[in-house]
Amino acid sequence: MNTNDYLALNFKDIKDYSDLYPQSRRDFLKRLGGGIIVCVVMRGVVAAQAQETRRFRGFGRGLPSDFNAFLRISEDGRVTGYTGKIEMGQGPITSLPQMLAEELNTPLETVDIVMGDTDLCPWDMGTFGSMTTRMFGPALQAAAAEAKAVLLELAAESLKVPPARLVAKDGAIFDKDNPDHRVSYGQLTRGKKIERHIEGKPTLKDPSQFTTVGKPELHRDGRAKVTGTAHYAGDIRLPGMLYAKILRPPAHDAKLKSVDTGPAKKVPGVQVVQTDSLIAVLHEFPDVAEEALTKIKVEFDVPEAKVDDKTIFDYLLSVAPPANVLASDGDLEAGRKLAVKTIETTYLDPYVAHAAMETHTALAQIEDGKATVWASTQNPFGAQGEIARALGFPAEKVRVITPFVGGGFGGKTYNQQAVEAAQLAKIVGRPVQVMWSREEEFFYDTFQPAAIVKISSGVDASGKMAFWDYDVYYAGDRGSQQFYTVPNHRTSIHGRGWQGPEHPFHTGAWRAPGNNTNTFARESQMDQMAAAAGIDPVAFRLNNLNDDRMIRVLKTAAETFGWSPAKAPSRRGYGVACGIDAGTYVAAIAEVAVDARTGAVQVKRVACAQNMGLVINPEGAKIQMEGCITMGMGYALTEEVHFKGRKVLDTNFDTYEIPRYTWVPKMDTVILDARNHPPQGGGEPAIVLMGAVIANAIHDATGVRLCQLPMTPERVKAALQKV
Amino acid sequence: MSVLLEAEMTDTISFKLNGKPTRLNVDGNRLLLWVLRTDLGLTGPKFGCGQGHCGCCTVLVNNVAWRSCLMAVSSVKDKEVVTIEGLEQNGNLHPVQKAFMAHDALQCGFCIPGQVMNAVSLLNKNPHPTREQIVQGMNNNFCRCGAHTRIIDAVQAAAAEMKGGPAT
Repeated sequence: MNTNDYLALNFKDIKDYSDLYPQSRRDFLKRLGGGIIVCVVMRGVVAAQAQETRRFRGFGRGLPSDFNAFLRISEDGRVTGYTGKIEMGQGPITSLPQMLAEELNTPLETVDIVMGDTDLCPWDMGTFGSMTTRMFGPALQAAAAEAKAVLLELAAESLKVPPARLVAKDGAIFDKDNPDHRVSYGQLTRGKKIERHIEGKPTLKDPSQFTTVGKPELHRDGRAKVTGTAHYAGDIRLPGMLYAKILRPPAHDAKLKSVDTGPAKKVPGVQVVQTDSLIAVLHEFPDVAEEALTKIKVEFDVPEAKVDDKTIFDYLLSVAPPANVLASDGDLEAGRKLAVKTIETTYLDPYVAHAAMETHTALAQIEDGKATVWASTQNPFGAQGEIARALGFPAEKVRVITPFVGGGFGGKTYNQQAVEAAQLAKIVGRPVQVMWSREEEFFYDTFQPAAIVKISSGVDASGKMAFWDYDVYYAGDRGSQQFYTVPNHRTSIHGRGWQGPEHPFHTGAWRAPGNNTNTFARESQMDQMAAAAGIDPVAFRLNNLNDDRMIRVLKTAAETFGWSPAKAPSRRGYGVACGIDAGTYVAAIAEVAVDARTGAVQVKRVACAQNMGLVINPEGAKIQMEGCITMGMGYALTEEVHFKGRKVLDTNFDTYEIPRYTWVPKMDTVILDARNHPPQGGGEPAIVLMGAVIANAIHDATGVRLCQLPMTPERVKAALQKV
Repeated sequence: MSVLLEAEMTDTISFKLNGKPTRLNVDGNRLLLWVLRTDLGLTGPKFGCGQGHCGCCTVLVNNVAWRSCLMAVSSVKDKEVVTIEGLEQNGNLHPVQKAFMAHDALQCGFCIPGQVMNAVSLLNKNPHPTREQIVQGMNNNFCRCGAHTRIIDAVQAAAAEMKGGPAT
């Protein structure tokens, strides 16, 4: 056998990107060569990001001083958009090029997008909050519109035709009176170097003219992902790289008592790093590093546990910050007198893990005083700042490159693993990869915060809501805004929905942060009122809605499901819920079956309708709805982080159960035509409904009301036995 | 103490990897996943949990899906290993790969190599599965994004496409 037949060992997958990536963005603009470059500053985008940034304390390095978006049309006519947003499955790798192609009148195949590279892309606060299409999209469209204007100017000159007679189509411009008299974008761009900086809002196409936007497109990264050629942070290989495994405490408040790294050092090829904050074992094979880590003899002091997953709600209420009244109107006392039925309920929602399939991973390389870090992050510019601070480098000496991200859901906005990789790379002078184990992932996750909602509400003799007194603790205000019409109301927010000193460990944004908790509580309470008033739950909601958009969405969901009115519990197992998230209106109806013997709940089908304004990629939007419904069943039915004190007891998927194939219901998703309304969020809205729609369906099936998530078989069974 | 760290005990392990004869001098107790990803540069199989729960690391060993994160490399001696990188034949994607693309049966894509390999194994064993058999057969491969329903459709479509028996 010829030795060439053997696969080469080691570092087969080395990629040298260095010739592509210059030192800074300004240099990049200079070095881009020929073509048309359009940079856009949109004050509205800046303001919106600034507002959001205040909510995300500690993120980023400030606001962009130069531009929000830019694109380049190169001399071969190809268009490249640059964005600090990242692709983690939510689909901008497809939808953003659709927006560019549309505004530029060029085929989608000629449009590329560069994402999440801090040297190449305009500053961005991060990929979360369903803001990519809503807030970044308009800036990119503006750049495209300006680029098209430049091309039309050039064409008028080149074809000697007045601009009014020119038509731009399929990547070329021609005289409408003589379509053969034409010039392609590539021809126009050749030998030119035009840089435009624009502010404000250029004239954009009318949505009725759209041909690419609104057309269903398959994921553009599909082929790479089904062939294994899509690279994630852990798949990047550099010559001489080492894999690091880091010593972790058993609990967040554990103190290191003694440590002996001697036995680990004896493992051939192992390098041990010990600093004040980090003890790590490095090796050219990750599995050997992991094994060597277990050789370290270590003792920790773990303080006595003060809270656990059972006592946490009482504890959180005992230390709750005072109310901040978000909205109030009318007279609550008058409303109470008006009510013929009053319902008071406390709803509980536990800590929930992000549990993306890809654990936090980064590869860092430091060369000539500059760090390059490939990171699984939703927030490359935030990571850049975190790494720069940790290394004592100026930000421009840190470049973060974001390959494909294997799921984020809000969990990859902090970048501890990237900082660790960079610190270790600096110490050992070689590239270092840090890939968290599943146990580390659970331990350092920024969980959805445990939260409590207390609602007191009443319904009058005519089936209208008489009053609504709402207090949410630790989930924040997202989704707490009451959209049903109620004359006497108050909504009070206690604590923020992000990190807080009250929590035993890190908490943060979890897909539609806060809204899952708020919608679970509001929509469960709505059902309780409907049942108390003896009114069908869909009819009860319609009785109390004046918002046409919500009415239309709810009616569409009901029609799609084939809803027939009945007061709950009808024993059919039907539940309904409505919500608003990221500007999108959404309603769902579910059918469940409850096994009274085991308490197990099977969701049999879900009909979901949403109004998300203009839809860029309807196929992508539907996939997001399906993903929301599927993932949302997890927090509804099983997902709950178990802990004792500051020790996280769930370390893997054996005890932390996420949705799987046998759970999946039949799904009917409908997106309402609302193309004249600006695009709204799509990656999060439908998930907010899943707690309530299932709780309401369980109540309809059994007459039992679950007020604590997740609705595990044990809790359902216990509730059934109480009746 | 683990044999892994007993050091100089390297074995010579020959096997077929994606159709190519492959010989490694390696500690046979090392896990297949890390040997594939690190020593051999095949990063298609992913690390998801390290305990065999999630299936991100699934590869075929003699046409059957195995969790490479639990498998000692010595156990593939003289066997045929196929990773996602080796599924394509002469530039043609496997029907399962094509069906995943056509159904947009993916989001972040991280679990997809394992899902595809498990689906290929399932169809190797049962070329005409019912929908329920697909659900059961895929049930131990996790997807956090929620692409399940499209993956089920894709596997059904691939089975129809492969009528007459598995492609390999």
